This record gives sequence, C-alpha cells and structure tokens, in this order.
Amino acid sequence: MIEIKNITKTYRDGDISFQALDNVSFQIKDGEFVAIMGPSGSGKSTLMHILGALDTPTSGTYLLDGQDVSTLSDNELADIRQDKIGFVFQSFNLLPRTTVLRNVMLPLIYEGVRGEERKRRAEVALRAAGLDATHWSHLSNQLSGGQIQRVAIARALVNNPTLILADEPTGNLDSKTGEIVLSTFQKLNTEHGRTIVLITHEREVAEYAKRIIFIKDGTLVKQL
Amino acid sequence: MNPFDLLQETYLSLSANKVRSALTILGIVIGISSVIAMVSIGQGAKAQIQSSIEGLGSNLLTILPGVVQPGRGIVSSGRGSAQTLENKDLPVLDSIEGIESVSPELSRRFQITAGTGNNTNTTVNGVLPTYASVRNLTIAEGTFISESNIHSLGRQVVLGATVATDLFGDTPPLGKTIKINKTNFRIVGLLTKKGGAGFSGPDDMVIVPLTTMQKILAGVDYLSTISISVTDKNRMNEVRDAVSDALLTRHRVAEADFSIISQEDILGTLSQVVDTFTIFLASIAGISLVVGGIGIMNMMLTTVTERTREIGLRKAIGAKRRDINRQFLVEAVALTFIGGFLGVILGWLIAATVTYLGLIQTQVSLMSVLLAFGVSTAIGIIFGYYPAQRAARLNPIDALRYE
Repeated sequence: MIEIKNITKTYRDGDISFQALDNVSFQIKDGEFVAIMGPSGSGKSTLMHILGALDTPTSGTYLLDGQDVSTLSDNELADIRQDKIGFVFQSFNLLPRTTVLRNVMLPLIYEGVRGEERKRRAEVALRAAGLDATHWSHLSNQLSGGQIQRVAIARALVNNPTLILADEPTGNLDSKTGEIVLSTFQKLNTEHGRTIVLITHEREVAEYAKRIIFIKDGTLVKQL
Repeated sequence: MNPFDLLQETYLSLSANKVRSALTILGIVIGISSVIAMVSIGQGAKAQIQSSIEGLGSNLLTILPGVVQPGRGIVSSGRGSAQTLENKDLPVLDSIEGIESVSPELSRRFQITAGTGNNTNTTVNGVLPTYASVRNLTIAEGTFISESNIHSLGRQVVLGATVATDLFGDTPPLGKTIKINKTNFRIVGLLTKKGGAGFSGPDDMVIVPLTTMQKILAGVDYLSTISISVTDKNRMNEVRDAVSDALLTRHRVAEADFSIISQEDILGTLSQVVDTFTIFLASIAGISLVVGGIGIMNMMLTTVTERTREIGLRKAIGAKRRDINRQFLVEAVALTFIGGFLGVILGWLIAATVTYLGLIQTQVSLMSVLLAFGVSTAIGIIFGYYPAQRAARLNPIDALRYE
C-alpha cells in the first residue's frame, strides 16, 4: 500500500529554485498496475525517485506499507530499496560481461541471502519474467534487448518487493519487443499479484496499466 | 555483502580489465621488489663484513699511528704517513696484563714478480711469528715465518691464497722464488684461503719477516700497525686503557699520537656505513613504491568514473555507502597485495641471483617480507581511500543518469 500525501519537491541551485512537484497526493493499493504518465519535464522522474526511495520530498509524507519513508536517512533509504522496491530502467543497467544468473542475484548479495537460496530465488524470478532457462548462464552482452529487459525484470522481482517501479521500460526497445515486455508486466500483475508502477510518456504504453495517473508541471491533472 | 561475495566481485571487476590491472600491479611489483632486493643486499653486505672482520681475529686490538678522527672512521687514519709507532714501543706492552700476544707489523705495497713471468701489485706485510695466531691465520702448506727468519733477516715469504693463484696459477708455488722490489724471496708457506672481500683481506697479501721488511724492503724502522690479542674478550676495555697509558708515557705526549681500534669499532663503523647505504637505496626504491601507489589511485579513479552507472544501479538495489566504499577499497588493496606478493617473489629472485653470481651473500629476512606486505596493503588503503570515498558518495540518481 502506497500513500502519497501533499508531496512537494523543490530543487535549489543558488538563488534559483525550481518546483518539480507541487502538492501531489494519491494512493496505490497492493496488487494494482498503475501508469504514471506525463510529458518530459512534468515531474514524473522526480516522482519516481521519491516512490523508489532514491530521494526524499521537500515536504509531504510518503507512506510505504505504513512506514513513513519521506524522512529517512541515506542508509535507511538503502534498506527500503533493498527490501521493498524493484527497479526496471530504460537503459537496463545490467552488469556487463556478467552472467544472467549473477545479475539477477545481485540484490540478494547485498541482502545477505545464502548461496543456494540465492540461486533458487533467482531462478524463480527468471521464470516469472519469462526468460528461457537456456539463457541463464549467458553473459549479459550476449542477449537481445527484450531478453535483457526481462533479466532486469527478474532482478527487480528477486527480492520480493512491495512495489516494482519501471521507468520507461520500453524506451530502448522496438515496438514488438516492447509489447512482449509490457505483457510480461501485465502477467506479473494478474498472475503473481505484483504491484507495478509504470512511468512513461507514451499513451499506448500507459494503456497496459489498469489505472493511469496523469501529471503535468508537477501537479496531478487527472486519474483514469 | 559477505567477504566471499566481496572477493568474488573484486575478482570479476579486476579480471574485466586484465591489462590495466596487470600494468597497475606491475608498478607495485617494481616498487616492492626493489625494496626487498636493496634491503637484502644491504643486510647481506653487513653480515659479510661482520664475518670477515671477525675472521681477522677476535679479541683483537689494533694500534694505528696517527689519530682516527671520530665520524670519519678508520679510512682517514693517515696510516703510512704518521710514523709514531716504533719497535721501541713493543717492550712496554709486554708488562701489561691480559695481553696474549703482540704482533707488530709494517706493510707496504710492492710489485712482485714470479719466475713464471706473472706479476702483481699487492700488500707486503712484515710480521713476527705471533702474527699468525693474532690474526687467526692458518697455514695450508709449508711453514709460517719463524723466529730464526726474523733474526737472520731471512728472505722467506708466505703467500696469501689469491696472490699464489695470481702468480703461479695451478703450479704449486712452494719452494719457488719470487722477486719483491727486485729482491729474491723463497716461498716457504701458503695461507689457507679465508674468503671475504674488501678490507685488506688476508688472501691478497704476502708475508715476510718484519726485520727484512724494515731493513731491506722499506728501509724504515717504524711500524704501520701493532695488533694485540687479548686473553679475554671481557677485558678488552681494560687492556685498551692500559696500552693507551703505556704508550702515552713512552711517547711522552699528553694527546695520543696513535689510535687503538677494536674489532667492534671497525664493525660498528662499517655497519653504520652499510646501514646508511641500505636506507638510502631502500628510500629510492620506496619512491618507486609511491609512484606505484599513485598508479593505483589513477586506475581506481578511472574505474569509478567508468562504472558510475553500475554504482548507481548497486545503490538503487540496496547497496549502502559502506558497501560501495568497501568494494572499491578491497579492489585497490587486492591490486597492491597481489603486487606485494609478486614483488616479494621478484625481489627474492633478484637477491638470489646476486648471491648466485657470487657478488654478495644476500639475506632476505622474514621481517622485510612482512614489512613489504604491510606496506603494500597500506598503500592500497591510502591510495584506494579517496577513489572509494568518491564512489561511495555518488548520488544514485545522478549516477544512474551518467552518460
């Protein structure tokens, strides 16, 4: 359960200040598939950083599973990201020249999960992300774009997060592989009950979600 | 992150850039190996000097004419120029208690020719029969200078091992005649080879009766050295003072016109010289170690920049500052530690080669090996600290956006 209340974010650079988010409030229930949509510069990246516990708001509260995340320290935020958040990036961000399995296990290494358990959970995540077992021992640079993004999805799943945050996950893919990736998200939502927040500027992409939150100039315009 | 994972991550990232890692390690290898080699050569030289000086006779006091200036060592003794020691000094020494035997000596360099046509320029030492026992010399073949040789101004000579080889090669020299300063001498004895280099070793000299040396070869009646062996090592200082007093009285001077040197003085001075050189050479080698360390820092900074996005990702999936910090620090220390390990092996090989070539009997001490590991690890920590801090402080949002 995610609860955003009156969140504002102001960036300050010397005398110039810039209001990236202005009094944004919404809720996302467990098991929802929500798209946050807006043009570039609308503040959706800032919102994603706050939702992903990479950044804290200037004011307002962010409750994640009932815990107020908006006032945590660096280390506490790292713990939140480790336990509750799974990221899928536009540019994939896999470790280069590293096997698929090791890439997926990476979050578990920081969590301190033991070797065998680590491997088992990585395999479960890879299966859920729909990547064929024949690719698991391949190096990350031997895969196609669609396969890479599914590895990234598996990596986001592996720590059993409360929330999967996908930031323009199809931005670097052609429309056909983009569809495959998006239907993977749909499947994860419908079959595995995962809570997914999709950040995008494309309407077609946002359509895959069950609910769309529109954001513009740092404020929430409407919800569908 | 547990230690095993940390090592695995380190291995993966270092092996991802093998050439770069190897070159960086090479810097440390050169630094550590030269320090190890320099120190082991220095320690070997020190031990060698120690044993060759002790081989010259323990419990030995050496009286030299002239004054040895403190700090300048025995090198500037003015030996040969000062003529303050004479045969007349010897009787006063006889009455001193604790002296085992006294060996007056006069040495000069002369050209020596053998019947074979070979010639050499070496030290000719005019001595009494006591010389052999005072200086710990043993006769390999024949006899030493005898009492009757002294009385009869005999033309007998005993050869040091090196001189014998220089003059006669493989033919046995005993009984042959050599010319010292155009005077014929018959070879009556050969000294056992003592080994040890430098410092007027007994291998590179010939021995003639003192009387013959003074009256015929040199034409002077003074002495260049009086060596005294003391009965008991613990009485060295006591005997030294007594000898000094007796000579001052006989010379009728208040300030000594001679110097008394014990083996320990010589040892101390030479060890000090060798130590100074060792420190000097090791410091130069140490500079290359610092340069190696800067290489480490350079590489780590490049790596941090190259891997900015990776750092961002690691932070996004839950790595804390200290995880990132530790990862990069361990990478730097791994580089220097491997460098230290290879450097110790290379340094040891260099030292072994020096020993094998017979230049100096080197000693690689456990202490210097441990020190090398300690220093290389410390260099990893010192030069890896800043890059690791820089990586750890990266903001995940900026790092993920980094192009």
